[in-house]
Amino acid sequence: MNNNQIIDKDATKTKIYYALSFVAVLIIAILFTFPLYWTITGAFKTGREINATSPVWIPSEWVIENFQRLMAKRSAPILGWKIGNLTIGAATIPGAIRWLLNTVFMCVTSMVLTCLTSAMAGYVLAKKRFIGRVALFSLVVCAMALPKQVILIPLLREMNALHLADTAWAVIFPIVGWPFGVFLLKQFAEGVPTEMMEACRIDGANEWRTFTDVIFPMIKPGVGACAIFTFISAWNDYFMQLIMLTSNQKLSIAVGIATMQGESSTDYGLLMAGAALASVPIIIVFLIFQKYFTKGITMGAVKG
Amino acid sequence: MNAKANSRSRKLVLRETVSSYLFLLPFLLFFVLFVIYPMFMCVFTSFFDSTMGREDIFIGFENYKTLFADKVFWIALKNTMVIVLVSVPITCAFSLWVASVISKMHVVATSAFRCIFYLPVVTGSVAVTMVWKWMYNNYYGIFNYLGTNMGLIDKNINWLGDPKYALGCIILILLTTSVGQPIVLYVSALDNVDKSLVEAAAVDGATSFQAFWKVKWPQMMPTTLYILVITMINSFQCFALIQLLTQGGPSNSTMTIMFYIYYNAFKLFKYGYGNAMGVILAIIIAILSAIQFKVAEEK
Amino acid sequence: MKKLLALLLVGAMSLSMVACGGAKEEAPAATDTPAATEEAVVEETADAAAATEITLWTYPIGNWGDQATLDALLADFEASTGIKVKVDFLTYADGDDKVNAALEAGTAPDLIMEGPERLVANWGAKGKMVDISDLIDDTDKAELNPAALAACYDASGACYEYPLVMTAHCMAINKTVFEAAGAMQYVDEATHTWTTEDFLAAMEAVNAHTGAQVGAVYCVGQGGDQGTRALVNNLYGGTFTDAEHTKYTWDDPKNVQALEKLYEMESVAFDAGIAGGDEIALFYNGTLNVAFCWNIAQQLNPNSANTGAAKTATGDDIMFMAFPSENGTDTKLQGGIWGFGVFDNGDAAKVDAAKTFIKYMCDSEKTVDAVKAANYFAVRSAAEGTDLSTIWADNEIMAEYNVLMPYLGDYYQVTTGWAEARTQWWNMLQQVGAGNDVATVVAEYCGNANAAAGN
Repeated sequence: MNNNQIIDKDATKTKIYYALSFVAVLIIAILFTFPLYWTITGAFKTGREINATSPVWIPSEWVIENFQRLMAKRSAPILGWKIGNLTIGAATIPGAIRWLLNTVFMCVTSMVLTCLTSAMAGYVLAKKRFIGRVALFSLVVCAMALPKQVILIPLLREMNALHLADTAWAVIFPIVGWPFGVFLLKQFAEGVPTEMMEACRIDGANEWRTFTDVIFPMIKPGVGACAIFTFISAWNDYFMQLIMLTSNQKLSIAVGIATMQGESSTDYGLLMAGAALASVPIIIVFLIFQKYFTKGITMGAVKG
Repeated sequence: MNAKANSRSRKLVLRETVSSYLFLLPFLLFFVLFVIYPMFMCVFTSFFDSTMGREDIFIGFENYKTLFADKVFWIALKNTMVIVLVSVPITCAFSLWVASVISKMHVVATSAFRCIFYLPVVTGSVAVTMVWKWMYNNYYGIFNYLGTNMGLIDKNINWLGDPKYALGCIILILLTTSVGQPIVLYVSALDNVDKSLVEAAAVDGATSFQAFWKVKWPQMMPTTLYILVITMINSFQCFALIQLLTQGGPSNSTMTIMFYIYYNAFKLFKYGYGNAMGVILAIIIAILSAIQFKVAEEK
Repeated sequence: MKKLLALLLVGAMSLSMVACGGAKEEAPAATDTPAATEEAVVEETADAAAATEITLWTYPIGNWGDQATLDALLADFEASTGIKVKVDFLTYADGDDKVNAALEAGTAPDLIMEGPERLVANWGAKGKMVDISDLIDDTDKAELNPAALAACYDASGACYEYPLVMTAHCMAINKTVFEAAGAMQYVDEATHTWTTEDFLAAMEAVNAHTGAQVGAVYCVGQGGDQGTRALVNNLYGGTFTDAEHTKYTWDDPKNVQALEKLYEMESVAFDAGIAGGDEIALFYNGTLNVAFCWNIAQQLNPNSANTGAAKTATGDDIMFMAFPSENGTDTKLQGGIWGFGVFDNGDAAKVDAAKTFIKYMCDSEKTVDAVKAANYFAVRSAAEGTDLSTIWADNEIMAEYNVLMPYLGDYYQVTTGWAEARTQWWNMLQQVGAGNDVATVVAEYCGNANAAAGN
C-alpha cells in the first residue's frame, strides 16, 4: 500500500465516522430540545391536556389562559421608587413582568461586573509574577469548592448589616465575587503570547493600555463565554434569590412564580407559562454573545 | 554586581506586584467582602455547637468527630463520589465528541447545535425537573411506556421511587444539564487550534484520528482542565435536582453531601454541623482540583 | 474590537447610576402600592411620621396567598387603624428555609401566618416568637374551639399563635369509578365515613374492576404527610403521640398492623417517588382512584387550573371521605389550624401594631372577611357579637364538608422534635415499602423520633 492509498482509506473512514456521528448528534439534539418544547407547548395547553395521562404532543387547542393567570394573579409597581412623599413609577404592571425585569437587571449587572473584574484579575493571575499569586489562586480554588448553602446565612446577615438585604445587590455582589469567571479568563489569558506584552512594553504602552488594546481583544472569546455562563448561572441561582429577596416587587421570576403556587396541588400550566416566558431573555442573550466566541484565540493556544 | 541585580529584580517584582493588585482590586473587593468573609464565618462556626435560638457553644473538633461517626454522612459521601465518577468522564467525553462533530459544520449549524445543547440549562431547573418527573412517572411515564412496549421491561418501574434506579435517574438529568458549557468551550477550542500544525501532521502521513490526539488534544489542555474542574465541582455540589425530585430518598439512595448539609442546616438547624460538612466537602474538592492542576501542569 | 469593552464600561457606569436609584428604592418606607393607583406620581396619603409599617409573611392558605384579596383586606385595616401592612408571599416548598434564614440573619417579618406546628413547636420553642396570651381573654376562650386554642399554647402557658381558621384533613374517592366498580355499597354517603372492613372491601372491588393500583402511600418527602399518618393511625385505632405530646407512640402494634395490611394490599402501593401534591395530580387525572391527601381546598378546586369543583380532569365526581376506622365513627381526623404569630424583633411599637392587626383579623366584626379569605372554617363561634358558625351556609360544598368537623382529633403536631419526627416518618414508610420487616423498621424510626424529642 502506498501513501496515497492510506490517505484515501483514512479519508473514507473519516467520512463514514462523521456521517454516523452527525446522525447521532442530531438525534441527541432533538432529545435535548424536548424539555423546552414540552414547556412551551405546555404553556399553551388547557388544564385538561396538561393533566392528561397519555402525552399530548401538540396542543389540540392553543389557549393563553395560563399566561393570563400568570399576568393577573400578582401585580407590582413598575418602579416604585420613593423620594420623600413621592412615589415614582407607581403605576402597576403584572408581577411576572416586573419580576422578569428584575431578573434581567440582576443578570445583566452581574454579567457586566463579572466580565470586567474577571478579565482584569484573570489576566494578571495568568501573566504576572507578583507576591501572593499562588496563595491567591489557591484561595480562588478553595472558594469555588465551598458549597454555597453554608455561606448563605452569614451572607444574609452581612447584607442586612449593609442595608442591602431584599435588594438586587444582595444577589449580584456574591455572584460577582464568586471566582468562576476569574478561573475561566485566567485559562484564556494564558494563551496570550508573552512576546505581545513585551512588544507593548517596548512601544512604551502603560499597563492599562496593554490590557485594553492587546489583552482584552485577545481574550474576547473567553469574555463572551464568561458573559453567557455568568448570565445563566445568575438566572438559575434560585436558592440565593429565595433567601435574599423578599418583597413582592423585588422578586426574581423563578421565586415569584413559585410564590404563586397554591397549598398542595401544583398548577403546572402556570409553571410552564412562567418557564417559557423566563427562557426568552436567556436565549436572546445566548444568541447575542455567542458571536464573540466563534472566532479568536482560545485558552492556552500555542505558547511561543 | 549580584546584589545589585537582586535589588533591581526585587524592585521589578515590587512594581509588578503593585500594578497587579491594582488590576485585582475590583475583583478582590467583591471576593473578599462577599465570598471570603462568609467563608471564614462558615469555617469559624464549624467549631461551634450552633443552632437557632441560643448562643453558640465552642466545642472544638466535636462536629468533625460526630461527622465521621455519622452513617448517613458516609452514605452521602459514597453517593456523591458515584455521581462525580460517573458524570465527570461522561460529560467531558460526550462534550468533546459533540464539539468535534458540530465544529465541522457550517457556522450557522454549529451555532444552532451549540445553543440546543445548552437548552436544558436555559429552561431552568424547575421546568426541567417537571418534565423529567413526567418522563420517569411510575404510572404513565414515557420510559415505562417505551420500555414495556419494546419488551425491555415486563412491568412499570418506579424509577425515582426505587433505590436501585433513583441515583442513576438523577445522574442522567445531571448529565443533560451539564454538557452545555463544555460544548461551548470545546467548539471554541477546536476552532482555534493551530491549523499549520494539523496540516504538518497530515503531510507526515498521520490519520485524522492521530492528528486529533497528537496535535489538537494537547493544545486543548487548558480548556480540558477548566472543564474537568468545573464539572467536578458542579457534580459534587449537585443539589437542586435532589431537592426537587427525591429529597435524598428512597432509603437514602440519592442522599448527597450537599443535600445532607442543607437538611442539617435548614431543617434541623444544626448550623455548626452543616458547616463542618461543608468544610470537609470543600477540602475534598480542593484536593482533587489541586491534583488535576498538577497533572495538567506536568503534561 | 474596542466595542465590547466600551459596551461593558458604559454598562458599568449606567449601573452605578441605577445603583443610586436602587438605593432609594429600598428607603425605609418603601411601599407595595395598592393595585388601584394608575398615576405615575402619587402622593402619600397617610401621615408619614405617625404611620407604622409592619410586614406580614403568609403561606398560601386559601386566598391569603392571593394578592387582590389581601390588598382589599389590608386597605380596610389601614383605613381604620392607620397601620400599613406590607405583605410578602411564601411557598410550602421552601418558605421554611426562607423564614429560618431570616430569623438567623435578623430579617424576619413582624407577623407570620401559619399553623401551630411551625409557630408554636418550631419558632416559638426556639424563643423567636412573642407571647400573645394577653390578647386572649375569657370571652375569647369561650368562643374559640378549645382544641384549636390549646394547640396554640406551649407547655409553659405562653401563646404563640392566635388561631383564625381550621379544617379537617381527609381523603377522597373517585365516586364515578367507585360506582362503576360497585364499591359505593361500602360507603356511607350521608356521613362520608366508612369502617376499615368496608374500606378494604371497597379498595378490593375497585382494584378488581380497574385491574390497577387504586391508591398510593406517597413518601418521597414530608409533603402531605398528614394523610399517610391519619390513614395508618385510624385503620386499627393507633396513635401518633401520647396525649401529653411528649412522646411518639407510632410504634404501637396497631400501627404496625395497619402498615402490614397496607403493604399487603393489592390495591395500594408504597410510592417513594411522589409526595402529597403529586398524589393529588394523579388522582385528579384519573390514574389513582383514591387520594389520601385531601381537604376542603382540594374539594373546592382539585387542581389550581380552575377546571371545576369536585370534578376530576376527566369529569368524574370526587367525593371527600373520612379516613376509615374500625367502626367508622371513631375516626380521628388530622386538624389543620392557621393563624397569626408575632416575631420578636425587639421593636415594641411594631409588636403593638402586629397585635392590633391580629385583634382586627381574628376577633372583630371583620373576622368574617378574614375567615372567608382563607376558605376554611372559623375557629370561633362568634367574634365581637358577629356569629361565625353560619358564614358558609350559602356554599354547598363547605356546608356539606361540615359533617367531618366533629371528627377532628388531637392536634399532636406540636410535640417536641416535630421536624425530625416528620422526616423519620416518611423515611420509615420508604423502608416499609421496600419490603423490610415492618415491626423492626417502625421501632427503629420511632425510636429516632423519640431520641430527637429528648426521650
